Amino acid sequence: MIEILSVTGPASVQDLGRFDQYRFGVGTSGAMDDVALRAGNILLGNDENAAGIEIPMLPFKLRFDRNMAFALTGADVEAEISGRVIPPWWRSRARTGDVLTIKAMPRGARLYLTVGGGIDVPMVLGSRSTQFRGEFGGWHGRPLQVGDILPCAASTATIGELGVEPAEITLARPNTAADETIVRVVIAGEYDGFDAATQALFWSSSWKITPQSNRYGYRLQGPAVKPKAPIEKRSHGIVPGVIQIPPNGQPIIQMRDAQTSGGYPKIATVIGADLWRVGQARLGSRLRFEQTAYTDALAAEAEMSAYLDRLRTNVRLVEETRICRSS
Amino acid sequence: MTTPDRPRISLLGTSALLFEAPGAFDLPHQRRIWALAATASKWPDIREAIPGITNMMLTFETPPRELDALIAALNDGWDAAEGLAIGGREIRLPVTYGGEIGSSLQSVADHCGLSADDVVSIHAAPLYTVFALGSHPGYCYLGGMDPRITMPRRQTPLQRSAGGSVSIGGSQTGVSASPGPSGWHAIGHTSWTFFDSSWPTPAALTPGDTIRFVIERVIR
Repeated sequence: MIEILSVTGPASVQDLGRFDQYRFGVGTSGAMDDVALRAGNILLGNDENAAGIEIPMLPFKLRFDRNMAFALTGADVEAEISGRVIPPWWRSRARTGDVLTIKAMPRGARLYLTVGGGIDVPMVLGSRSTQFRGEFGGWHGRPLQVGDILPCAASTATIGELGVEPAEITLARPNTAADETIVRVVIAGEYDGFDAATQALFWSSSWKITPQSNRYGYRLQGPAVKPKAPIEKRSHGIVPGVIQIPPNGQPIIQMRDAQTSGGYPKIATVIGADLWRVGQARLGSRLRFEQTAYTDALAAEAEMSAYLDRLRTNVRLVEETRICRSS
Repeated sequence: MTTPDRPRISLLGTSALLFEAPGAFDLPHQRRIWALAATASKWPDIREAIPGITNMMLTFETPPRELDALIAALNDGWDAAEGLAIGGREIRLPVTYGGEIGSSLQSVADHCGLSADDVVSIHAAPLYTVFALGSHPGYCYLGGMDPRITMPRRQTPLQRSAGGSVSIGGSQTGVSASPGPSGWHAIGHTSWTFFDSSWPTPAALTPGDTIRFVIERVIR
């Protein structure tokens, strides 16, 4: 078990998400940075879909009530456990009574704490992710609070310290400037409803991420991007990554807790391989969109899978080497 | 794909695709969407086929390498779709119109050149059909609203709208099942449980069910 001693902002239990309940109006939820959650679980020998804790704001402090392995992935981090510094993208062991203090996130927006075996909350409609709007899943369907004691599944893995290269380095995109995140998008249904000059404005602008951005969506600020004539769609399904243009011309990127349907015109959709980059983009920083073809988006997903496969292989090799040395 | 009487098919990134039927926002078109969704949900690599308002989203278990075959299957499926008549149950839903939650009642009236009482009686008159579920857990999109009370969605969506809000967005109406952001105009509210994750089927209503709004009170 782990006990929450200090929490700032809406930290929550998330796995990769709830993907087959759209017909009941239930969105995916799930980790905003799915790559980081997967990597943490891989480091610990867990199922990649095991639930962890998504931490968007600091400080955050918790106590381990038994010996267990844990990992911190996602944002860059300043953390320590019983006086020992824990680097980012690192797995370590806690002993009973150890207190983990997470003090700062110098880069990135969300940190993932994964534990050996995973956070053992009940599966609800096929997932352990917190569904905030429906108030179910995760830990009683709500953000974590001080005093919460979260059950952890048993893990048999014997694990030593190990770090891996953060995804933002391995999967770095070319031409990325400081404080600007470039994300690839596939154009969506109403793209042609915008004239060429407006389309060009959408691509060339550096969009500011406003403070009204969260797990529901990222509201962006920049020049007004308006269609040739107002577009009012009949309500239809949407998925995380869809970029809607409400009548004020300021784009909204739908994120993991987004509504499952909408009617504002859609100019483009952030590809699955880059949605985690949006999840790690900080409020006040900037986003730029880069057009990509459907087949290239699939190739980018394959590249992400290959990165995770390599991670899995490397972690296994390290274990085998340890076993050889110790036998 | 842009011919007016042909369906529009567009991508939602690599995880989903949107099929939009040509023609009117009415029950006969919606019945064909229900039929197409029932067929498409059985196709390989399709996770779910989710009806919207005379449209349908397909989510992928695995994104198709080639889209042409899927697009052709959707077009053929639409042409072949016979209206699926679902005989649902009828729900009577008491509504308090106006008041703090239904604070847009007057602005809808002003926009439509009607009195608030007119908007209420026009809104409560039809027997609505649940066309689709979406937005948030248990929310129902209803077909059958009188076009005289149409009002475009908000310029900027609200960050938070109350649970149980009875709202108008464009030519559609519906009742929110829980509090959350919304681009619609709330004209009233109801207290009814639309969703419970512990139920065997978590949503109370399903496409084909019908709703009759009963005017409980009008706060002017």
